[in-house]
Amino acid sequence: MTRFLLRRGLQILLTLFVFVTMVFFLVNAQPGDVSNFFALDPNIPPETRAQIQERFGLDQPLWRQYLTYLGNFVRGDLGTSFSLYPRGVGEVIAERLPRTVMLFATATVASFYMGFALGKIVAWRRGQWFEYAATVGGVSLYTVFTPWFGLMMIWAFGYKLGWFPLGKFLDPRIWSGAGVDANTLFGQMLVAAGLVSVLAIAALVAARRRRLPHTTLIGVGVLAAAGAAALGAFALAGTAHLALDVVSHMVLPVVTLTLISFAGTMLLTRNSMLETMREDYVLAARAKGLPESVVRDRHVARNAILPVVTSLVFSLAFAIDGGVIIETVFSWPGMGQTLVAAAQQEDLPLAVGAFVFVGVFVLLAHLAVDVLYALLDPRIRL
Amino acid sequence: MRVDADYGESVPLWRVRAGLFWATTRRNWRLFAATRIGLAGLGIISLYALMAIAHPLLIATVWDPAIYDPVIGYAFDQTVQPAPPSRAHPLGTDPLGRDVLSQLMFSARTEFVLGISAAVITVTIGTTVGAVAAYFGGVVDAVLMRLADIMIMVPGISVLIVLSALVGVQQFELALVIGVLSGFGGTAVLLKSQALSVVVKPYIEAARAAGGGPWHVIFTHIVPNLLPLAFLYMMFTVTAAIFSEAVLSFLGLLDVRMSWGLMIHTTESAGYLLDVGNYWWLILPASLSITLLCSSFYLVGRALDEVVNPRLRQR
Repeated sequence: MTRFLLRRGLQILLTLFVFVTMVFFLVNAQPGDVSNFFALDPNIPPETRAQIQERFGLDQPLWRQYLTYLGNFVRGDLGTSFSLYPRGVGEVIAERLPRTVMLFATATVASFYMGFALGKIVAWRRGQWFEYAATVGGVSLYTVFTPWFGLMMIWAFGYKLGWFPLGKFLDPRIWSGAGVDANTLFGQMLVAAGLVSVLAIAALVAARRRRLPHTTLIGVGVLAAAGAAALGAFALAGTAHLALDVVSHMVLPVVTLTLISFAGTMLLTRNSMLETMREDYVLAARAKGLPESVVRDRHVARNAILPVVTSLVFSLAFAIDGGVIIETVFSWPGMGQTLVAAAQQEDLPLAVGAFVFVGVFVLLAHLAVDVLYALLDPRIRL
Repeated sequence: MRVDADYGESVPLWRVRAGLFWATTRRNWRLFAATRIGLAGLGIISLYALMAIAHPLLIATVWDPAIYDPVIGYAFDQTVQPAPPSRAHPLGTDPLGRDVLSQLMFSARTEFVLGISAAVITVTIGTTVGAVAAYFGGVVDAVLMRLADIMIMVPGISVLIVLSALVGVQQFELALVIGVLSGFGGTAVLLKSQALSVVVKPYIEAARAAGGGPWHVIFTHIVPNLLPLAFLYMMFTVTAAIFSEAVLSFLGLLDVRMSWGLMIHTTESAGYLLDVGNYWWLILPASLSITLLCSSFYLVGRALDEVVNPRLRQR
């Protein structure tokens, strides 16, 4: 498994290098350079423009510019943003990346779980009304015009019913005078969420290994207990109401992102289950007299999950694009919203920097899927 | 086939080919028609195609261009803009006083042109890359497939957003980006696996033995056998192209005269977006059109999947 992961890691590093190179030459293929912004400004004489070019190293040969760019990229220096001057691009990204990671990770896990659970049932009840309802509903949500669907969710749950805020990241009325930085708190929340889910998964795996009854119940119980403990910790620190405010802003985007992307997993699980159900060992399990739910969950679903996990790589691009749209519609200040805003304001350094980080994000998610696959498939693990 | 018995020696080759083509089409149509979702999708697509064709005719005959032009028209007959649906304007007018139905019909043509050009680019690149990788194998195959792996992971809409900041994106660039990403990515990988089963067929060996060069074999013997499958992936590319166009023009990043996404953008910038109850004609027609056209191409794709993929058909 180490060899497999090492090879994948090297491949991904190489891909990242190719990607960064492509972005550099794409930007440089455009006519002119940054100093052209001042070409029509009578207050800026040609000498000053030449000075700007020299200062940014634009008078040097392309290969040297490329090397400088690579060096800066490795050191994490991505330039200065135009629209948020004088903040550095790296600083802006460091502030907004965790929000995207949180949104994306929660929605991906939720949509995968939902799609897999529904796909199992749909395959098992083939030809019944439940299958048609789930397929039609899933496909309509999958192909729906995402911005419009997001707006309808805001309209229904935020505007008409008033259950959730209309968008943004936090409510300034609650946060004014809170004495704690939103990003610090969000970092703590991210760590807490990570710990809680690791604990719950560990409990689930341990229960499965020991063959205890009601494994799902144990997992959910541990999840609830750890979540309550985390909330208690925030309450002791006096920041629980602030944390809950951020969570309430997160609910609607996560639900929307989950709803638009679960259908892909569901349809794939269905097809994969239908193929696995014809295997001999399924017949054997049934002949032994095992209950239907055990045959479905332990014998069919466990083997049908592999192609579904592989397909996660293919759906990554779809999910990232969906995230960009959802962040923009819900004004969630993450990487996607930053990318769109930078493009709309022609803030080139920020747009390119955000795009490079979207690429890095895709590659890391790809690596995570590979690790998951290696854990699930003994043929790779051993 | 009864070709020899029926036509005899003197029949020209094209008639034999046409006959074969006709027979296959009829058989496939029967399979396709058996899937209800495919027929429903085809129905919706035809409806929008009719709308696209009808628009120039209506402008030329019934509709006065000064009032009904989708971009520069103004509804002088209405006192308040946006005006609710009336006899003269079945779907009302937008905040700038333009007829919504006319915009909707005009944009349908935009979407079709865009979708079809993206699909043609996808199929051209996908079949070529797939056939070349399968035919040559070895290093060529490895390089092309690693490139395809990268292309699969590229989020198309994010690329288009960055490009719109760098160069400004118009319809053609959008079709090109979507076509290349899907043609060089997923489509190429899937078509290559199909091409692998074509390359080992005896007629390929016969063509080679008869002295056919690699490019001759690829373009006259392998690519035509990939086209039915490529046609299936065309449908998914059309969905992706229409969707991306709508998102980009919704964000106001696309340089286009009129499209469904731009209609929603106009609604948003005029501030009518969340008032669906009172101004439904400003948001529902365009949004539903995008959703319906995207999902009907998707459904036709899935139905075609059952036609060309016997493994799914048996179930």
